[in-house]
Amino acid sequence: MKTLNLKLETPFHKNKNHMKKIIVSIAFASIIIAGKAQETIYPSAKQTQPILITNGLVHVGNGQVLDKTSILIHDGKITQVGTSVTAPAGAQTIDAGGKHIYPGLILTNSNLGLVEVNSVRATNDVQEIGTLNPGIRSLVAYNTDSKVTNTLRSQGILLANIVPEGGAVSGSSSVVQLDAWNWEDAAYKIDNGIHINMPSFLRRPAGGRFARLGGDQPQVDPVKLALEQVDQIKSFLQEAKAYAAETNHAETNLKFAVVKGLFNKSQKLFVHANTVKQMLVALDFVKTFGVDMVIVGGTDSWQIADLLKQNNVAVIVSQPHNLPTLEDDDVDQPYKTPAMLQKAGVLYAINDEDGQTRGRNLGYNAGTAATYGLTKEQALQAITLNAAKILGIADKTGSIEAGKDANLVISTGDILDMRTSIVTDAFIQGRKIVLDNKQKQLYERYKYKYNLK
Amino acid sequence: MKKFLWLLGILCIQQLAVAQETFPENGVADRREGCYAFTNATIVKDAQNTLKNAILVIRNGKIVSVGNGVSIPKDAVVVDCKDKYLYPSFIDIFSDYGTTPAGPATGATRQVGGFGQQTQLTSNTKGAYGWNQAIKSEADAFKIFAADEAKAKTLRETGFGAVLTHVKDGIARGTGALVTLASDKENLVLIKERASAHYSFTKGTSTQSYPNSMMGTIALLRQSYLDAQWYKNKPSREGLNLSLQAWNDNQHLPQIFDASDKWNDVRADRIGDEFGVQYIIKGGGNEYQRIKEITATKATYILPLNYPQAQDVEDPNDARFVSLTDLKHWEMAPTNPGALEKAGVTFCFTSAELRDVKQLMANIRTAFAYGLTETTALNALTKTPATALGVYDKVGSIETGKWANFLITSGPIFNEKTNIFQNWVQGKKYSIKDDSWKDLRGTYKMVFNTSSGPVNYVLDFKSNNAASIIGQDTVTSKFYYDGRQVRINVAPERRGGGGQNFNLSGIVNNDVWTGYGEDSTGNRFTWTATYDQPTSQKADSAKKRPTGPIGKVLYPFEPFGWEEGQAPKQETILFKNATVWTGEKDGVIEGADVLLKDGKIAAIGKNLSAAGARTIDGTGKHLTAGIIDEHSHIAAGSINEGGQSVTSEVRIADNLNPDDINIYRQLSGGVTSSHILHGSANTIGGQTQLIKLRWGANDEDLKFKGADPFIKFALGENVKRTTSTQGNVRFPDTRMGVEQVLVDAFTRAHDYENRWKLYSKDKRGNAPRRDLELDALVEILNNKRFITCHSYIQSEINGAMKVAEQLGYKYNTFTHILEGYKVADKMKAHGASASTFSDWWNYKMEVVDAIPYNAALMSQVGLNVAINSDDAEMARRLNHEAAKSIKFGGMSEQDALKMVTLNPAKMMHIDNKVGSIKVGKDADVVLWTDNPLSIYSKSLYTVVDGIIYFDREKDAQMRKMVTAERNRIIRKMNSEKRSGAPVTPAQPSYQIMHTCGEHAHNHGMLTIDASELD
Repeated sequence: MKTLNLKLETPFHKNKNHMKKIIVSIAFASIIIAGKAQETIYPSAKQTQPILITNGLVHVGNGQVLDKTSILIHDGKITQVGTSVTAPAGAQTIDAGGKHIYPGLILTNSNLGLVEVNSVRATNDVQEIGTLNPGIRSLVAYNTDSKVTNTLRSQGILLANIVPEGGAVSGSSSVVQLDAWNWEDAAYKIDNGIHINMPSFLRRPAGGRFARLGGDQPQVDPVKLALEQVDQIKSFLQEAKAYAAETNHAETNLKFAVVKGLFNKSQKLFVHANTVKQMLVALDFVKTFGVDMVIVGGTDSWQIADLLKQNNVAVIVSQPHNLPTLEDDDVDQPYKTPAMLQKAGVLYAINDEDGQTRGRNLGYNAGTAATYGLTKEQALQAITLNAAKILGIADKTGSIEAGKDANLVISTGDILDMRTSIVTDAFIQGRKIVLDNKQKQLYERYKYKYNLK
Repeated sequence: MKKFLWLLGILCIQQLAVAQETFPENGVADRREGCYAFTNATIVKDAQNTLKNAILVIRNGKIVSVGNGVSIPKDAVVVDCKDKYLYPSFIDIFSDYGTTPAGPATGATRQVGGFGQQTQLTSNTKGAYGWNQAIKSEADAFKIFAADEAKAKTLRETGFGAVLTHVKDGIARGTGALVTLASDKENLVLIKERASAHYSFTKGTSTQSYPNSMMGTIALLRQSYLDAQWYKNKPSREGLNLSLQAWNDNQHLPQIFDASDKWNDVRADRIGDEFGVQYIIKGGGNEYQRIKEITATKATYILPLNYPQAQDVEDPNDARFVSLTDLKHWEMAPTNPGALEKAGVTFCFTSAELRDVKQLMANIRTAFAYGLTETTALNALTKTPATALGVYDKVGSIETGKWANFLITSGPIFNEKTNIFQNWVQGKKYSIKDDSWKDLRGTYKMVFNTSSGPVNYVLDFKSNNAASIIGQDTVTSKFYYDGRQVRINVAPERRGGGGQNFNLSGIVNNDVWTGYGEDSTGNRFTWTATYDQPTSQKADSAKKRPTGPIGKVLYPFEPFGWEEGQAPKQETILFKNATVWTGEKDGVIEGADVLLKDGKIAAIGKNLSAAGARTIDGTGKHLTAGIIDEHSHIAAGSINEGGQSVTSEVRIADNLNPDDINIYRQLSGGVTSSHILHGSANTIGGQTQLIKLRWGANDEDLKFKGADPFIKFALGENVKRTTSTQGNVRFPDTRMGVEQVLVDAFTRAHDYENRWKLYSKDKRGNAPRRDLELDALVEILNNKRFITCHSYIQSEINGAMKVAEQLGYKYNTFTHILEGYKVADKMKAHGASASTFSDWWNYKMEVVDAIPYNAALMSQVGLNVAINSDDAEMARRLNHEAAKSIKFGGMSEQDALKMVTLNPAKMMHIDNKVGSIKVGKDADVVLWTDNPLSIYSKSLYTVVDGIIYFDREKDAQMRKMVTAERNRIIRKMNSEKRSGAPVTPAQPSYQIMHTCGEHAHNHGMLTIDASELD
């Protein structure tokens, strides 16, 4: 969720006094990296032999569940799914033993690889300065060696949409797969969408205890201010659209050029918005520019679900594990928002943007949504096939179907429930990946210290 | 130039008239006794006593006599007050008239001392004053008082004659002065220079870091009382301390506390109770929300009358962010005086917080519609404030010997059409609406003495700017009347064509007006108008009809609060045929019954029955003990006192907030007890408070009774001010320094304890200074208070334990403790418990080695481990958080559940009362739809003390009620707007969220982290 308009100061001003501390922190970080870590967890090599996984309880990702089913993987692709698939010559066979098989889970909006330690500025590459930054590309700063990545993989998360933040137009996201040597290897869908932060239409806190946030200055009408900012974004898109119609330009405009994909729908427009007013303005963009739009955040999307459906606008629900907006709201409102979108027929995905668990609880956010109105398979679809559709990668992944990449997770139990979501195997593009991570290594290290089994 | 000199002369005369003995005369002395007799008046001496047709005599600013048939001195100027009313002038005892502090307004002051803020550890006040800049007990309003005629005039026009003024700056604000609103020199206006002593919960212009929380403010006040007591013996080590000296000197005065909120009222009163002081409490206007607690303070209140304005909620997208609490307060604020009157609370009114002082009477009249009586209202403006201050012998009624401060009005004071003609202050007349002294409205016989003979008209005089002249036609004229002069301009009616056009100017002498006029052709004439008969007047009354039905007070005053009498009650409850997770040796029992009776678990077994019990079918459901959160920051007014590195004197209990919606939200997640901790801004934080989530209870009743007291400590990044943007100056800045803070604090505590031991042996000499900070540390040393310590890194954990072992104390619990797994063996040896997060990591440097296996590893080493929330959102899913250890570390389901039930109970020493389902323990249980460790489980009933505080079915009904009540008030606001009432733009109801101040967790759009407000 964006709270930019409320934050009056970032805790990390460039400040001489602070420099020393940053240097100290960097030194500290280096020691840790040198001391231990996951440096020997290698990305896996390209699939060379066919793999047949047998006897799985396959959750396709589209709502279907197939019992005692086999999956044949060839050259990184799923080639067959069925109950009577036979192993071709030279195939490696893995008996799933009745375990659950899921499509790889997908984080639809993440700062993975751009933020290592939230509170340490030197490790953050997520917010650029400036208002209109369409040319900013998350992919080039994506750090494949983030210590967070492997903790996500062992939770079944195999793909993530890496999103820049900040400004009115933040730049473009790219989808990465989480088993790579470098960002070029990681790239799964490059520059899949342009991200816009819808300005807030809310009056800022005032009076009493909040006086200190805004001083005593009278408030500028927030709606007026927001609409001015919206006009700025809108006129940018208008001119960019016009620019895209002509190939020869006396003056090259990089900002216009980089968003041309929006107008032929090769890129999506991701609008970060939570209130109804913000989303209504976003819907106006759809009508004006004919873009493929995704609302990111969508806190109050349940209030206008029918309208979103009518306009074919998708929603990424930023995090069901959140508090209701207003004291008056139903205590379980964030938990049941996905079910309300489902009922209205909106294409939506569930995401996990938690800054303290770093996205690892994606499955459980979906699980909670299942407790509050979704079926389990619908909840799963919201973090697999729906996510893939929204990110524009459904042709390649998001479900366990022949022709798609073999991005699979095998779990001993229900992946949406923390009790049972023990991931034993995972495959990205047919490569069986290593599920070790820094945390498991530390666990092993101290089991060793204490002589524990 | 000539005219200018003449004006100057007038001013000099006025000055001369009030000159004092010692002041030299410039010219001929003009001393006047100012003897007046007001006759034929209805004199309201006070709210109880009214004299008809009475006489008031005043001289030298005082009342000489009052009554029927009192003799009128020969030298008295007689003022005929036939049909007039005399009232005592009003008194406002919460004013800053003439003493408005210089410098920035309180609201704009940037508070310091919180996370990321600059620290100022010592006072900036120069001189031999106390250590804290916010303790300004030495301030005396009378010393800086400067009369301010512009403000005095506004107040007089509203009816005020005297005010108690004080400098509204600081926590202790020194003394207030009683002054009249006469325009005389300060020497004469100040009628009591030290009339009161003032206190508040806001530090105002103080830039010192401490205190920066409600708890710290209360602790500072308490310590100041103790220090002042101690200072009476003039301890030589303290030297001269003018602040403490003044504090003591001020104690005999009426003590006024600016609390300004219902819970703050109660907090202030508790401080008073502790030190034998009964404050007069300046309330917040929301006292009606907790009338029982307010009544129990037995205080006299000063009530503001600044009702919130209607908000513009016509746009549903704006209304969406305005909470029911704010909507209801808008509707109910005018009920406050009536509710307090009904409860028998004594109160005064203040105009100090009105947007416009002139709103006073209108707002009082609004309150009449909701039960306030005129008698109480008049008392609240006169006798009550005077009595509260002990100056009723001087002001507050019309009685012999008192200051001649009174109003002359056209009718009963609260009637809507009543005018205040004059406000006499200290025997001096101030005209307010003198022009209508005599109601001259009515019809007049008008005669124009034109050259062609008299022409007759009838003048219908309606008001000072409206009159019509009736001849052949009725002509509305342009009319000006000020009681002395009159002007009439009549333009011809165009369509009629034949009307007269003339301009008249005249002088008013009561009921005969005489003047000169010209018509449009320049003919000149004189004219007269003679009063004939009054126009009929509509009945006038102070009563205002209630504006339709009004909602009910909710307890707490929040959505999902209970109406009076509707709160759930303790029941005998029999859960039948449930899967019971006992948390005891019996483990999980399938198909078991559990009986709750008298707030306790009465029986566990099969086929239980109990007469009269409410039976709840548990088939397919799971029953567990209520969830206990070892680390929570809900339900508190403040969390972090970061002004110093050692603040063991502050107490969460001093600022519990029962109106936190998160209590209800967490009940919905099965939480029954929460340990409310101080934040992590400093090494030795504040005293914690264990509560039960009794939604609707007051702050005292939230407390978990009979539990051992705890205190919060903290180590690491937060206490060394890592996020300070301006460079940290508060020691410590490193983990090395943190160790020294601990060593120093406990060394001082030992010395302190020894001093007291020595003293208590023979009680010789003066008692040592009582130090609230060290008192708490001595309790720790004596195992009477227990530590829960925020910590992450193995080095700091180890270091803290070594200090403790050397200095004779113990860490009961390490909380957060994300590297606890690295030193679990050492923690075990120390005897500490661990309360941790399930899977938080990598959000700050000290948690890069956090692992989700931590809880399981520590358990395996033999520690008592709990999973805590530290987070209002996650607390609703603590059972699911605990379940993660099943996956990360292979913990059994029963052991996992214990991490949020029995284990935290053990670490807080309350496992004899709660934490498992065992006969005799408190009836704090939850019935779940499913296995409580499954993500698919949700609570159906959450029971505390045998009371069902959360019932999912009832919750569904309450949602509908919340929506209906919202819509009702929104409709009302909208109709208010349409009827032309002023509205403010809709203001989203932001909520303050308290955390340790380091988190990146989502809490919804309208939530602001308290650390941003520090």
